[in-house]
Amino acid sequence: MISELLRVEKLRKTYSRRGGLAPRSDGRIPALDGVSFSIAPGETLGLVGESGSGKTTTGRLLLRFEQPDSGKVLFQGEDWLSLEGEALRRRRRDIQIVFQDPQTSLNPRMRVGDQIAEPLRIQKLAPRRELPAKVASLLAAVGLAPEAAERFPSEFSGGQRQRVAIARALATAPKLLVCDEPVSALDVSVAAQIINLLLDLQERTGLALLFISHDLAVVERLADRLLVLYRGRVVEEGPTASIVARPLHPYTAALLSAASDLNPLSRHSRIVLPGDAASSQPVAGGCPFEPRCPIARPRCREETPRLEPVESPHRAACFFPGELAVGAGARFPTGAERVPEESST
Amino acid sequence: MPPLLSVRDLKVELPIGGSFFPAVDGVDFDLQAGEALAIVGESGCGKTLTARALMNLLPEGSRIGGSVLYRGRDLLALNENAWRHLRGREIAMVFQEPAAALDPVQTVGDQILEALMAHVSLSRADALARARRILEEVSLPDPDRALSEYPHRLSGGQRQRACLAIALAADPSLLIADEPTTALDATIAAEVLDLLDRLRRERGLGLLLITHDLGVVAGHTDRAIVFYAGRVAEEAATEDFFRTPLHPYSRGLLASAPRRGAGPHERFRAIPGAVPDLAFRPRGACAFAPRCPDRFEPCDEREPELVLVGGTKARCFLYESRVGPVDSQQSTADSPS
Repeated sequence: MISELLRVEKLRKTYSRRGGLAPRSDGRIPALDGVSFSIAPGETLGLVGESGSGKTTTGRLLLRFEQPDSGKVLFQGEDWLSLEGEALRRRRRDIQIVFQDPQTSLNPRMRVGDQIAEPLRIQKLAPRRELPAKVASLLAAVGLAPEAAERFPSEFSGGQRQRVAIARALATAPKLLVCDEPVSALDVSVAAQIINLLLDLQERTGLALLFISHDLAVVERLADRLLVLYRGRVVEEGPTASIVARPLHPYTAALLSAASDLNPLSRHSRIVLPGDAASSQPVAGGCPFEPRCPIARPRCREETPRLEPVESPHRAACFFPGELAVGAGARFPTGAERVPEESST
Repeated sequence: MPPLLSVRDLKVELPIGGSFFPAVDGVDFDLQAGEALAIVGESGCGKTLTARALMNLLPEGSRIGGSVLYRGRDLLALNENAWRHLRGREIAMVFQEPAAALDPVQTVGDQILEALMAHVSLSRADALARARRILEEVSLPDPDRALSEYPHRLSGGQRQRACLAIALAADPSLLIADEPTTALDATIAAEVLDLLDRLRRERGLGLLLITHDLGVVAGHTDRAIVFYAGRVAEEAATEDFFRTPLHPYSRGLLASAPRRGAGPHERFRAIPGAVPDLAFRPRGACAFAPRCPDRFEPCDEREPELVLVGGTKARCFLYESRVGPVDSQQSTADSPS
């Protein structure tokens, strides 16, 4: 049995509503509605879902930016949510975060070296005279020259800024790094560099990653296991390979069918979901995905399916797991469909 | 049939520190009715500026050159009054950032009606019915409510779909879409792109799609043009582009793009380095040379011409020795009908 680094139990977090086209029922919407998962040391867990799925909220709760309404977080067996004051400040070094946009997560008026040294100073992890050497080695770890320390964030490209943000996050030698859409704001060729960097760092340091992304094509490459969120609930969980090969939840199947496919000759039939997640209010007591589900039955409006092992350890919260396969959606005319002509060589 | 849009030697120069730098440099392409043409490239490659140049929406102080013919009329020679008749009715545009494109103090419905009634004579009731139908087409949930909502009450994805509804309201012949689905969730993006496919098929809408997303290019376009540092690096039929990309930059882009079916922990093949800043671009040499795995002597000595190899145009010395340069005045002959 692998020991757990992090265990999250039944996290719940509700925000009050601000606008949008969703039905205004009670004015409170659960961002997280009983989410549980665990991460082993050195493991990468991919957290996948669309806007409003609760993936960013999950990261924020782990970083203690805010507290959940209920639920438990155990980090190395310790009650993470009850840490306060000095104890919390000391333990923050263990869980760090990299955000989507380094343009806004870095301080524009502070030299890069000072920003990387800041967590080291606050955490008293190195005496002042050793800081420059520490900063240089962190910069080297993310592929930047030591001279970068003297420059300001605006002097770097987007990809280099994200490297700086990663160096800063690594300064405290965290055991878990939360990456919230770390490459979504970057160009393709640069995003690839950053993903490779994360893979290298993980191999070298045994760091565990919680990789939050909407892009299955990226997560598929990184994550050992996947957690698929829909409206604040885990709808599917399991080894990446097994989910990608055979998604059990119809929402996962739809996500996979919409993910980037770079073969223009396989313009496959997409699973088309009506509406969007935010405004498709489920029936109380029913399955949260029912209003958009292509295979919903009457039962789905009466009961909420629980996350259950279908092919252990692959679990799904669906009464009809595996019924909707990728590519099995209604044939949707794509307009650009052409019979490929035989290439004349 | 003459092309819907014909762009020749388009040049956009931006002022930086007192001098002008070519951000778009000698771009040629044609777009047929019903066709989807992708302009692909990374930040700063000039793809958005090209779109804005076509719509006469360039930033203050920039200089433009070349010709842009829409159904034979030179758009660069039109005055603002003539533009008002064309914009929306014939040529519409959707931008990446929907919040900036919408009027915050007007309801979505009023903005669609405004776009509609500026060009089409309809009773208010008919216009409303049409506005409602357009909102349904762009998959905006609860179209009746959406009509009376202000933009700030919509989510980002909903705002983007509202923008698309406004752009499509007057049934334009040409839609210039700059990263129209980048802000949308994958399942919603798929729906919007399917809608654009349908409009092309049913109404012959011409689509110029500016994107960095190769998955969108593969799934929804007929031809693709790859920009690098303000220049066309490659132009090819979409199928050819993905099957046999010619330019080393195209190959690098395709190799570095996340694609389905890769193994866990498999490294991406990244292109080393980054796109050079406008003011620091190599002049008189291939702009991609510093990052190019195939770099050889001529690459640093002069800039390669765009050459025709099979049906594909590529700006690279790997091919220049084999064939002659493309006559820049010649139109793309073999675009799909």
